[in-house]
Amino acid sequence: MKPRHLLFLALPLFVFAACKKAPQAGGSVDIPVGEFASLTGATASFGQSSHKGTQMAIDELNEAGGVLGKKLRLITEDDQSRPGEAATVVRKMISRDRIIALLGEVASSRSLEAAPICQQAGIPMISPASTNPKVTEVGDQIFRVCFIDPFQGTVLSKFALSKGWKKVAILTDVKQDYSVGLSQFFKSHIVENGGEVVSEQSYSSGDKDFKAQLTAIKGTQPDAILASGYYTEAGLIALQARELQITVPLLGGDGWDSPSLVEVGGKAIEGSFFSNHFSVEDPSPLIQEFLKKYRAKYNAEPDAMAALGYDSAMILANALKRAGTTEGAKLKEAIAQTNGFMAVTGKITLNAARNADKSAVMLVVKDGQFRYVETVAP
Amino acid sequence: MNELLQQLINGLSLGAVYALIALGYTMVYGVLRFINFAHGDVFMVGAFTGMYFGRWLKPLAAAWPEWLFASTVLLVSMLSCAILGIVLERLAYKPLRERPRLTVLITAIGVSLLLEYAGQLVFGAAPRGFPSLITSSSISGIEGLHASNIQVIVLVVTALLLWGLHLVVMRTRLGLAMRALSLNPTAARLMGVNTNVVISFTFGIGSALAAAGAIFYASLYQAIDPFMGVLPGMKAFVAAVLGGIGSLPGAMVGGLILGVVETLVVGYSQLLGIPPGYRDAVAFVILILILLFKPSGLFGKTMREKV
Repeated sequence: MKPRHLLFLALPLFVFAACKKAPQAGGSVDIPVGEFASLTGATASFGQSSHKGTQMAIDELNEAGGVLGKKLRLITEDDQSRPGEAATVVRKMISRDRIIALLGEVASSRSLEAAPICQQAGIPMISPASTNPKVTEVGDQIFRVCFIDPFQGTVLSKFALSKGWKKVAILTDVKQDYSVGLSQFFKSHIVENGGEVVSEQSYSSGDKDFKAQLTAIKGTQPDAILASGYYTEAGLIALQARELQITVPLLGGDGWDSPSLVEVGGKAIEGSFFSNHFSVEDPSPLIQEFLKKYRAKYNAEPDAMAALGYDSAMILANALKRAGTTEGAKLKEAIAQTNGFMAVTGKITLNAARNADKSAVMLVVKDGQFRYVETVAP
Repeated sequence: MNELLQQLINGLSLGAVYALIALGYTMVYGVLRFINFAHGDVFMVGAFTGMYFGRWLKPLAAAWPEWLFASTVLLVSMLSCAILGIVLERLAYKPLRERPRLTVLITAIGVSLLLEYAGQLVFGAAPRGFPSLITSSSISGIEGLHASNIQVIVLVVTALLLWGLHLVVMRTRLGLAMRALSLNPTAARLMGVNTNVVISFTFGIGSALAAAGAIFYASLYQAIDPFMGVLPGMKAFVAAVLGGIGSLPGAMVGGLILGVVETLVVGYSQLLGIPPGYRDAVAFVILILILLFKPSGLFGKTMREKV
């Protein structure tokens, strides 16, 4: 082998050496907090937002002197929006970085991958925005700071009925637990309350062509279409529906909350409604202050995932202070006792099932903005 | 009935895209006897080139008629992908031409990953909206039937491209050289065919067609991301095998069949009892059936390996 080739072989080693930071000695100087998020991939907007919110909370806490006299160190791993990847990065953070608690994920499917690992390792996990009920059912180490889909499905169904949309078609992303759950809860509520589901179609995350499903839906002449999946597909569904001359409004859940929805959907998504965790138009001082700080830090408008990410870190810090230790069992107790915590997305009290009972807002897409329509209390 | 017609139109426009990509697979296989797995990612680069160029050109071309704007974007994207294809072949595959075919095949997978992750680095990971090249409107002939003008344009332009390709392969000297090379590389070389030029040309044409497919795909489905080439690439490969790999008419027919079958399975999933989530499986079930019952494909010739 020529020496030139040896140099090429050695090159990756240098790169690795440069990337890897020196390990923290003893681990007593700071408190390592893990975070896993979909920073890249299909739902990158969720991961980016929740990460920005979480990072902002951690920075704020550290500027105020940290927690328990130590600084918090946020360790963030990217799961690339891929099934399987979440479990890998979470195991790595637990075994190598010795994190004391885990924050994440937005997508329920990936939270469900991480939850059993945290449960087994005795590491408390707080999901900012996974709304599928199964997530916290995994065990007593798993918490969330948002409402759950049975509630969100009811909110959407009530909203549809209040608008007089009795015949509804449902389009579900069968690869996402979130979407499957939301469709199911929506359906059971609307059917019990005098509505009718005229067509049930499905697709898989990553699909680009929905014309076949939409053509089938068009034949049943619904008053509205529930697209319970994520924003990536919702924008495309809207575009293709309009192309097929389907003019009825689309409905969605908090999975729609991303600027990408409007970038892809454009004019086609105008006039569609979705439920969410908070609205930037809310005059509440907590929200307005959060907006101000977020805009100053990132020069961007926060979405619900950013606010929830912020809240999840704040709830953790609050529990750490009350527990007085980073030890898993005591920390878990402290998180479970969270009561009346004033968070950006509303007052958070964790119930016996470790979920937050909070109200939801309905938003409408108007002129490329998400405008507030109404608040629905639990 | 109208719904069936509508589904057929949906399926044919999807199939046209598969056919365009499948041609690239089949042509490269014809001359080099290997599957260029990076072809789906050349497709992705074509879509992004179209997006960036389209956005750049839009303000400059405000006064142009729409068809001129759309075809400029299409041609620029095809040209840049042709260059990309030729460069890829020169850098990655040519040095391996005398090596076992497996080496080239694995290199192709490497090139594919390189393009995907470089794409993620350069273009970002989030899906991007593709600028509309032609204002979408609906052409409704029969009551309740809506073909969008884009679907019709895709079908017409695809037909034109295929006709052009047919002329190139059948009527030009380069086409003749291509056919000679695919028949017998050694004999072709002995007859004075410049194999390097022909291979570059093949990669160029194949990649340009993939870029055209990408522009159509992006115009039909409006969202593009660095991994968008993976599944269409795989399906086009199935289409090429279905039609008989190495056969040009086979790739076209295979692509159209696959697009239509896939759309019908999704559209009539409740009738058929197949969940629409299995749409991607349809292509691969077809692949398995073809390999089991007619490995040479619909239009392929049975070839015996000479030992």
